Amino acid sequence: MEFIATAADYLLGIPFLGLGTQIGFVYKALLLLVTLLLFVAYVLLADRKIWAAVQIRKGPNVVGLFGLFQSFADLMKFVFKEPLIPAGADKTVFLLAPLVTVLLALSAWAVVPIAEGWALADINVGILYIFAISSLGVYGVIMGGWASNSKYPFLGALRSAAQMVSYEVSIGFVIITVLLCVGSLNLTHIVQAQQEMGLAHWLGIPWASFLNWFWLPLFPMFVVFFISALAETNRPPFDLPEAESELVAGFMVEYGSTPYMMFMLGEYVAIVLMCALTTILFMGGWLPPLDIPPLNWVPGAVWFILKVCLVFFMFAMVKAFVPRYRYDQLMRLGWKVFLPISIVMIFVVAFVLQLTGWGWHGGMA
Amino acid sequence: MTLPLFFFYIFSAICIASALMVIASRNPVHSVLFLILAFVNAAGIFMLAGAEFLALILIVVYVGAVAVLFLFVVMMLDVDFAELGKGMLQYMPIAIVVGIIFGLELLMVAGSWFITPEVAGGSVLPIDAGVENTRALGQVIYTRYVYLFEAAGIVLLVAMIGAIVLTLRHKPGVRRQDIATQVGRRPKDAVEVVKVESGKGI
Repeated sequence: MEFIATAADYLLGIPFLGLGTQIGFVYKALLLLVTLLLFVAYVLLADRKIWAAVQIRKGPNVVGLFGLFQSFADLMKFVFKEPLIPAGADKTVFLLAPLVTVLLALSAWAVVPIAEGWALADINVGILYIFAISSLGVYGVIMGGWASNSKYPFLGALRSAAQMVSYEVSIGFVIITVLLCVGSLNLTHIVQAQQEMGLAHWLGIPWASFLNWFWLPLFPMFVVFFISALAETNRPPFDLPEAESELVAGFMVEYGSTPYMMFMLGEYVAIVLMCALTTILFMGGWLPPLDIPPLNWVPGAVWFILKVCLVFFMFAMVKAFVPRYRYDQLMRLGWKVFLPISIVMIFVVAFVLQLTGWGWHGGMA
Repeated sequence: MTLPLFFFYIFSAICIASALMVIASRNPVHSVLFLILAFVNAAGIFMLAGAEFLALILIVVYVGAVAVLFLFVVMMLDVDFAELGKGMLQYMPIAIVVGIIFGLELLMVAGSWFITPEVAGGSVLPIDAGVENTRALGQVIYTRYVYLFEAAGIVLLVAMIGAIVLTLRHKPGVRRQDIATQVGRRPKDAVEVVKVESGKGI
């Protein structure tokens, strides 16, 4: 009974009712989830609007003012359609695949620190956790492609498996270079390291905190990470798994209504996660770009969201004007360009850190 | 019962059940999927034991990379289940005998498992509770066991090179894309401007 009481306290406790010692875990998780899903709804709209603007179109502009409710209208449309399951499909796996995609994408958000101390779970191996969860993302695609029991989805799934495994390697190496500088796998520490050391401190202008962030000293890795993130989330120009000119819709051909929507949702949550990760690793997380009064009064969460929006804008622009890669070019880029660059950079970074004694050393100096 | 204990029972129950389903399910792809579930739950148990680094590495390496390739291969196989079940009865007696011997051996080993108190007490490297997992591992691997660690790395490298050598074929006469030549091409190498007199052709 004591166990149930502790568990209930941990999960549902509300301090002001005298029931618990802290705000229950469930409320925090729900708050994060709702905010995230709302954010994703508008990110989806922004993606379409930016794409349209590049092509001098208006984009969705009918539902609500400037089409602001378009995503919710789409949600309604998907939910009220009839889900079709192909006769030859493996029913369980077919329905499990979109669920896996959404659950994995959402669960990675548990460790993301939106502002100082705002992470749902501030674990010591945060970055490794995100890396592990995002490496599982490929299962949604493979399961969906296989269970459809159809040719195009299967080809899409095979491509996706090869592509995501390849680019994970370079993402892993990029993360290692950042970890060498920080000396900790905790995401909060990674941001704190960008606050307490860096180029601005070295130059004696600590207010110019955007110079402190890792995008500057690790610029090649920033670029490699950005491009690998595009490939990892199957975004154009690397959307080979669903290349519509070759595979109709790739692994999603046989999906419709709610299962399709879940694939879509999972994909966009993963994209926003990658944007958040770029922000944390290279753009100083919740830190203000200039550490001077009007800017550092703004709450950290606002800066975090603004930076995520900026990175997503870059994602959207790439989608709008870069043509799709051919499959062999994609593999070449991953294995013959990014892998050697990132391995060399690990050696260079480790060498420089060892020689000069720079680095945050997990905050232990 | 505390919360971690509760989760331990959940993880281990799912782990054992999915491990059973790996050998019980008829479809090989389902087997691999259950294997992945077993891996993930084993990682959960590692996590509860406080080995967070090991748990996540288990997921990254085994589930994220090895099992993906495994699934990849199994999906491509065209397995005929009727053919597969044919020899079942014929081989059953041998399988039962081997199974019984193996099971007994396992029981004997597990029954006589014993660590002398001196060994357990004077453990080679005492665990420092204040140091986080990743740091503790690094401090041991890169100092005390650095030669063994490097040797393991070399063994893996040799295996990798071996696999590449075995599968690499140089086919003559295959046209390949050479990005450097493509980019380095000048207009005057590729285009010839010819003044053609009317009615003559080239």
